[in-house]
Amino acid sequence: MSAPATRDSFKSDSSGSPSTSVITVSGLGKTYATGHVALKDVSLDIRRGEIFALLGPNGAGKTTLISIICGLVNATAGKVEVAGYDIVADYRAARSRIGLVPQELTTDSFESVWATVSFSRGLFGRKANPAHIEKVLRSLSLWDKKDARIMTLSGGMKRRVLIAKALSHEPEVLFLDEPSAGVDVELRRDMWRLVRELRDEGVTIILTTHYLEEAEEMADRVGVIAKGELILVEEKATLMRKLGKKQLTVELTVPLSALPQALADFGLALSGDGTRLTYTYATNREGDDDGLSIAGLLAALSSEGIAFKDLHTEQSSLEDIFVSLVRRAP
Amino acid sequence: MNLQAIRAIYGFEMNRTRRTLGQSVVSPVLSTSLYFVVFGSAIGPRMAEVGGVPYGAFIVPGLMMLTLLTQSISNAAFAIYFPRFTGTIYELLSAPVSPFEIVAGYVGAAATKSTVLGIIILATASLFVPLEIRHPFWVLGFLVLTAVTFSLFGFIIGIWADGFERLQLIPMLVITPLTFLGGTFYSLDMLPPVWRTVTLFNPVVYLVSGFRWSFFGHSDVRVEVSFAMTLAFLAVCLFTVRWMFRTGYRLKS
Repeated sequence: MSAPATRDSFKSDSSGSPSTSVITVSGLGKTYATGHVALKDVSLDIRRGEIFALLGPNGAGKTTLISIICGLVNATAGKVEVAGYDIVADYRAARSRIGLVPQELTTDSFESVWATVSFSRGLFGRKANPAHIEKVLRSLSLWDKKDARIMTLSGGMKRRVLIAKALSHEPEVLFLDEPSAGVDVELRRDMWRLVRELRDEGVTIILTTHYLEEAEEMADRVGVIAKGELILVEEKATLMRKLGKKQLTVELTVPLSALPQALADFGLALSGDGTRLTYTYATNREGDDDGLSIAGLLAALSSEGIAFKDLHTEQSSLEDIFVSLVRRAP
Repeated sequence: MNLQAIRAIYGFEMNRTRRTLGQSVVSPVLSTSLYFVVFGSAIGPRMAEVGGVPYGAFIVPGLMMLTLLTQSISNAAFAIYFPRFTGTIYELLSAPVSPFEIVAGYVGAAATKSTVLGIIILATASLFVPLEIRHPFWVLGFLVLTAVTFSLFGFIIGIWADGFERLQLIPMLVITPLTFLGGTFYSLDMLPPVWRTVTLFNPVVYLVSGFRWSFFGHSDVRVEVSFAMTLAFLAVCLFTVRWMFRTGYRLKS
């Protein structure tokens, strides 16, 4: 048995640039004994230092994917490397780099917070380091609960304990499986802050979530899984631009009875009372020089002598994009 | 070798023992004392000596084995079943630990606990009956070997069990009868010849017999045979555990 590799001895990561992969998933498949196909030929690169959000409806395969990478489930096809180490052949080197916060609140009951977090550190082969454990507990507002038995804690506090356990051994990659499930607003904000701090320290974070708001707020890149297939991986900003829609609403000073012919190309919608014009356009058209931009519309309005008192724009959320993507999935 | 992990698991389990010291130590000591009151003090004086050993002293090795077997099995079975039941096993499976290290931690802790219990029972027994130990090192050797072997067996049950009922099934339905019929309270010479032969298929006979030999210097079966049988059972358990981890049996899907 080989000694656990140290954090500094990366095999395949010499450049250290933020775009190097920290996790490489290739052709991963999982068919459960029941015949249920949970994952089909999933390939994915997670870049070092990014926050990656995995989105998908219930049963899409998000947790299966995470479980395979973390060693809880055996893959039936394909392979996974963590920092260049195969998760099966070099499981020690691979797993010692990973922290996992599971979806369910599965904690010990009778142990103290301090004991359970210290246990996790030992389990991952790291020497006791009370200073680090203290830092983790403080960052999760758990310090004053360190001697409390876990069973006496609220659900939100237990969630914090699970995060503390995952961070106890200073992982390079942190998996958060549905971190906001059943968590109040305050804790969610706390968690987002912590995730950003971790990212700033160089930790790669992979989260699955139902709260699209969370992905939208946090993620650098987004992957969408539906029915076991990874149907899309994209920079969040690009995704929003590509698939997002903007709506411009113009409040008119004088109601219009009908749309002037000169505005026909814009495909505008006029409200029933004639006081509001709505212009829907794809954000990826921004910069196209066909005169159908917002500036083009405003110029056309002014040349038609249509005065307006107010205008505002709305952008479709990741949620809207997600819903439309999943509907389209086979 | 992830020594930190072995230490973490072992320490975690020993803490659990410390926390539940009452049920861990007091109840086996109490039940053993009751056996001595009934079989040693009340009935014992009316019994003839067995192979030159007073009946009260004769049952000591058997009683120690009875506790050792049941405690080893239930400790180790519970230790691995409970994380499976609550779901905290996820951490063990995602940790950089080998099956050997997991087993060393859990089985080591369970075996430590039952060895300590065995010694406590021996101390308790010496309060009731005068005891002279012929081969103290063999006593310790059989004690540790049996504790490890049956903790391993308990570990297997803990992985196999899919409910609390099953966790109790083997200890209740198999181990207790085998121990009672394994010469805990009698010598095989006391049985009719047919039953003596039948009894030789009971593995516990070899444990009790070997253990009794290390106390009093004579036994129902040769001590070498006892020792070999214990090692054989240990090997069977080791291979079973290896197979379970290799296939992910009831641990991984």
